[in-house]
Amino acid sequence: MSELFAPGTFTPAPGRGQLGRMLLAQAGTETRLALRNGEQVLLTLLIPVVLLVGLSVLRVVPLPEPRVNSVVPSVLALAVMSTAFTSQAIALGFDRRYGVIRRLAATALPRWLLVAGRLAAVLAVVVVQLVILGVVAALLGWRPDAAGLGWALLMVLLGCAAFGALGILLGGTLRAEMVLAVANLVWFVLLLGGGIVIPLDQLPAGIAAVAAALPSGALAEGLRAPLVAGTAPGIGPVLVLVAWAVVAGGVAVKAVRLR
Amino acid sequence: MQIPPSARSGEAAPDPAAPVAESAADIAVSVRGLVKRFGATTAVAGLDLTLRRGSVLALLGPNGAGKTTTIEVCTGFLRADSGEVRVLGFDPAGAPDALRARIGIMPQGGGAYPGVKAGEMLRVVAACAANPLDPAWLIDVLGLSGATRTPYKRLSGGQQQRLALACAVVGRPELVVLDEPTAGMDPQARRVVWELVSALRRDGVAVLLTTHLMEEAEALADEVVIVDHGRVVAAGSPAELTSGGDEQELRFRARTGMDVEALTAALPAGYRAAETVAGRYVVRGRIDPHVLSAITGWCAGQGALADDVQVARRSLEDVFLDLTGRELRS
Repeated sequence: MSELFAPGTFTPAPGRGQLGRMLLAQAGTETRLALRNGEQVLLTLLIPVVLLVGLSVLRVVPLPEPRVNSVVPSVLALAVMSTAFTSQAIALGFDRRYGVIRRLAATALPRWLLVAGRLAAVLAVVVVQLVILGVVAALLGWRPDAAGLGWALLMVLLGCAAFGALGILLGGTLRAEMVLAVANLVWFVLLLGGGIVIPLDQLPAGIAAVAAALPSGALAEGLRAPLVAGTAPGIGPVLVLVAWAVVAGGVAVKAVRLR
Repeated sequence: MQIPPSARSGEAAPDPAAPVAESAADIAVSVRGLVKRFGATTAVAGLDLTLRRGSVLALLGPNGAGKTTTIEVCTGFLRADSGEVRVLGFDPAGAPDALRARIGIMPQGGGAYPGVKAGEMLRVVAACAANPLDPAWLIDVLGLSGATRTPYKRLSGGQQQRLALACAVVGRPELVVLDEPTAGMDPQARRVVWELVSALRRDGVAVLLTTHLMEEAEALADEVVIVDHGRVVAAGSPAELTSGGDEQELRFRARTGMDVEALTAALPAGYRAAETVAGRYVVRGRIDPHVLSAITGWCAGQGALADDVQVARRSLEDVFLDLTGRELRS
């Protein structure tokens, strides 16, 4: 009877795919989607590059020379926040709206791998950002202290954990439009008042105290020590980022909804 | 990984020497006394169903009847408040990952990344299966090859549905669960889906689907379970549900509240008249010209015009109307 489907086409042969292939397929697709979405690229690459060049070349904020050395930690903190928090929350909000989280949960993909795939996609975009921003900064005369690079990488990972957990919490609980509004508003507020563009020591004392306890301030400060001075980050920023990651991750595990 | 005793039986042709008696291995889905409440609302109120391997069961009912809730319990997305649910030998809520490695699910309305291309999405889902079908072939055969450059959010409803269907079958599952598979499809696309479901059944896959389309249930299902307000109001093959023996029926519209007892009395023995909903009447029995004339004549005697007179075998739509007093698509 069937002309389209030869007999035996659908003879059952079920089973779960290999974990590595599942992770690669999901994370690879989510990375490609993030890198070809215009608004997300604006947020994750264009704005950080413009700020990196602008703050290094234009003297709008007083910074020690060479200016680019002070700008790089700010811009890397911004890049991590943009990708792990804002871009990820918005993507998750709309992914839920379009039913893809449920679609993937309906496959053999284990729940933990679903989360791991999203985080892997975030890390992949962050790697792209680090490469592009690193090259642009080098062209602007940035010569980082090699001793600090390992510490900086650790801070980037901690920043991804803290902002990623917050992004999943936000994107996984509110309606897509609300996620869009809140994620962009928080991004803007933390960029200006959260210790990213304006270092903590140049903010008013009250705001600086708050910003130091925020993931934005902690990440930017934690990057300044290794990248500007070539020293280990203070224990403060590390603890702040770990605390945000643990608390937001714990709440997210309970609160995130598939739809 | 836990392997249920029935796990491999779908992979081989049935053994002719095997006992004909019904065994647990033949049953893909077994639901007994399922109850599911959401707050004060009871979505499913004691539902039973049995789906055999290599057969198609349609849950038929209006929106809000409890079809999707039943599906979500069977696929482990919801936990039953009471009742026993076994799917391929698994307790769905207890072992959702192990179960989902063996079944293919089409959630209502599908689901994909808003910006993803159809082929990309299908490849992600295919990667989750051990022995998937070729995604490119499936995209082509379901008529999506013209839309491979279009992001999911810009696909038509019917195209999104076809992608969702492809995602449900790409992993070569033993059981396919389809929630409203043809909603939003044009008749041509619907044909392809019907053909696909027939091919699944032919190849030994069990199919559990929900629909509110009568013709879909009649065309596809070995067994139809009609649900309303979370209960089974009738179950059986389409032929069993619609035949009522060799009985015909005559349906007509007239003013409401006519005395159907008197009409029954006015007809030869063996005919029964009833008002199914206000102003709609049905007379069951062998309808011949004499009886037809007797019915319209009796109505005339009541000062009523028998309008929209139809003689037919019962359709599932009529069965539903008679059982629930409601139109299926209201």
